[in-house]
Amino acid sequence: MKNLLSFVAVAALLAGCSGTPTLEKAGVEDRTPSTSVPTQPGISTVTPVGPKGDQVPNELKDPNNVLSKRSIFYDYDKYDVKDEYKPLVQAHARYLAQHRDAKILIQGNCDERGSREYNIALGQKRADGVKKILQLMGVQESQMESVSLGEEKPRCTENTEACYSQNRRSDVLYRGEY
Amino acid sequence: MRSMFRSILLLLALVCSSAQAQLSIEITGGGANQIPIGVLRFAGEQVLSQNISDIVEADLQRSGRFRMLFAGNVEPLPTEMAQVNFTDWKSRSADALVIGSVVRLADGRFEARFRLFDVPKQTQIGGVAFTMNAQQVRTTAHRIADLIYEKLTGDRGVFSTRIAYVVKQGSRFELQIADADGVGAQTALASREPIMSPAWSPDGTRLAYVSFENKKPVVYVHSLVSGQRQAVANFKGSNSAPAWSSDGKQLAVVLSKDGGSQIYLIGADGSSPRRITNSASIDTEPFFSPDGQSIYFTSDRGGSPQIYRMGVGGGEATRVTFDGSYNVSPRISSDGKTLVYIAREGGRFQLKSFDLASRQTQALTDGQHDESPSFAPNGKMILYATQSNNRGSLAAVSIDARVKQRLSVQAADVREPAWGPFFNN
Repeated sequence: MKNLLSFVAVAALLAGCSGTPTLEKAGVEDRTPSTSVPTQPGISTVTPVGPKGDQVPNELKDPNNVLSKRSIFYDYDKYDVKDEYKPLVQAHARYLAQHRDAKILIQGNCDERGSREYNIALGQKRADGVKKILQLMGVQESQMESVSLGEEKPRCTENTEACYSQNRRSDVLYRGEY
Repeated sequence: MRSMFRSILLLLALVCSSAQAQLSIEITGGGANQIPIGVLRFAGEQVLSQNISDIVEADLQRSGRFRMLFAGNVEPLPTEMAQVNFTDWKSRSADALVIGSVVRLADGRFEARFRLFDVPKQTQIGGVAFTMNAQQVRTTAHRIADLIYEKLTGDRGVFSTRIAYVVKQGSRFELQIADADGVGAQTALASREPIMSPAWSPDGTRLAYVSFENKKPVVYVHSLVSGQRQAVANFKGSNSAPAWSSDGKQLAVVLSKDGGSQIYLIGADGSSPRRITNSASIDTEPFFSPDGQSIYFTSDRGGSPQIYRMGVGGGEATRVTFDGSYNVSPRISSDGKTLVYIAREGGRFQLKSFDLASRQTQALTDGQHDESPSFAPNGKMILYATQSNNRGSLAAVSIDARVKQRLSVQAADVREPAWGPFFNN
């Protein structure tokens, strides 16, 4: 392309320098436009993986049980687990330590302000923070995975602080729930 | 369509047979020193489904670097230099004039020919004849616009390039690819989970992106030729922020598999991940310099997110941005001279440019939520995501901040734009 262009440029320059009006075809280079773009194959449609259907024990779902509380909320741009959420994290640590076959996914989330990729990293830091506390309390590494959803899966979608604070969150999901 | 100096809205849906919602483009503002140019109708172009001259004119106008002169009512249409009334065009202050013709060939194909004239000097400065089929009308017109643009501005045209972006409609996400003018959108991937961070391979045949179809971020490479896609980074934890090396053989990605978000190099097929940052902080948004020697990235190692540069093999990083408490999403122009990034100021997120030699910073946009910048391959425009009426849309701004365009899709949220490379053919 570049070579062709320079060729055209030189040819055009020569034609220009000669100062003679070009007649039929002169000064015009023949070309076939290649299709220039790879032809598009059809749409790939992906079906997200759903929960694997494992039964979630009742004690994790009982609203009167602290284990049914799964969300930890954060201040703007912060990833430290505030004191008010420590009992919640401790309860899950105890459960996981007593049930070595139980597995969790910790999903970190952010509000929608700022870079999407930076928010993936920030959400990761939030999820990692929860994981670290659980680990210190005796939960095994193999029982946990911490991941980030960044700002991609907001629970609330309005541009208000009340809404943003709902989205700055880590969620604990037990196998069967993800 | 031929009106000057005004915002124009191109209802491009009319020209595409696809049933999909099209991007429409609104232009605001004009560049300095616009070149006055007349684009005459191409003689005989009515045999085509669309007028080549309309597409060429819209391309040139959209770039902001031309002032389109009214070119209607010329009868008969000239097809040769000798037939051009230069006195008339000179009196109308035209610097350049485009004429052309289209004829149907015996084999059913068409020949489209254009000539570009320097009006004050009354000389031909360019001209090409294209042989094309009926499906190549738009491609040919963009090629002609590219040649005119390059001849008159000295910069390579980007009208033949393509853009990728993500459309969210309800709970459906689509990775779409369209021509640089927003026409001909095609869906490469549809999912019920988010898609983000598309990045073009340097040869324009593959897209790397992040998909959440496995309930967490995983990096895929998707061939636009075969439609095949492959998870190239699917480690424990999060996998995100793909960036191509200039030879297309490697990707820089951000993985959290070893704790924290850190930058790794992996083969474009997912082979041999190698960690290149070693911090206890966030290191993300890698972007290769065009010479392939350095990687720019975002890190909060200094207490707030700022942009840093390091050698491609890792090692010591140099801080690049200092003003403000939130500077993210670094992208480098193809000539390696300009950094653009997103800065937070007073709660607003705006696009800024930073001249790496003079160290001058310039604000390019004044939105509330501008993000995800992407350079045109000629470095003259930057495509980015913005918000209007609480909905995501795309916008573009020239590197001197004078020309602004807004691209929107009716009733959908558009985000995560990525401007594709030149095609080398």
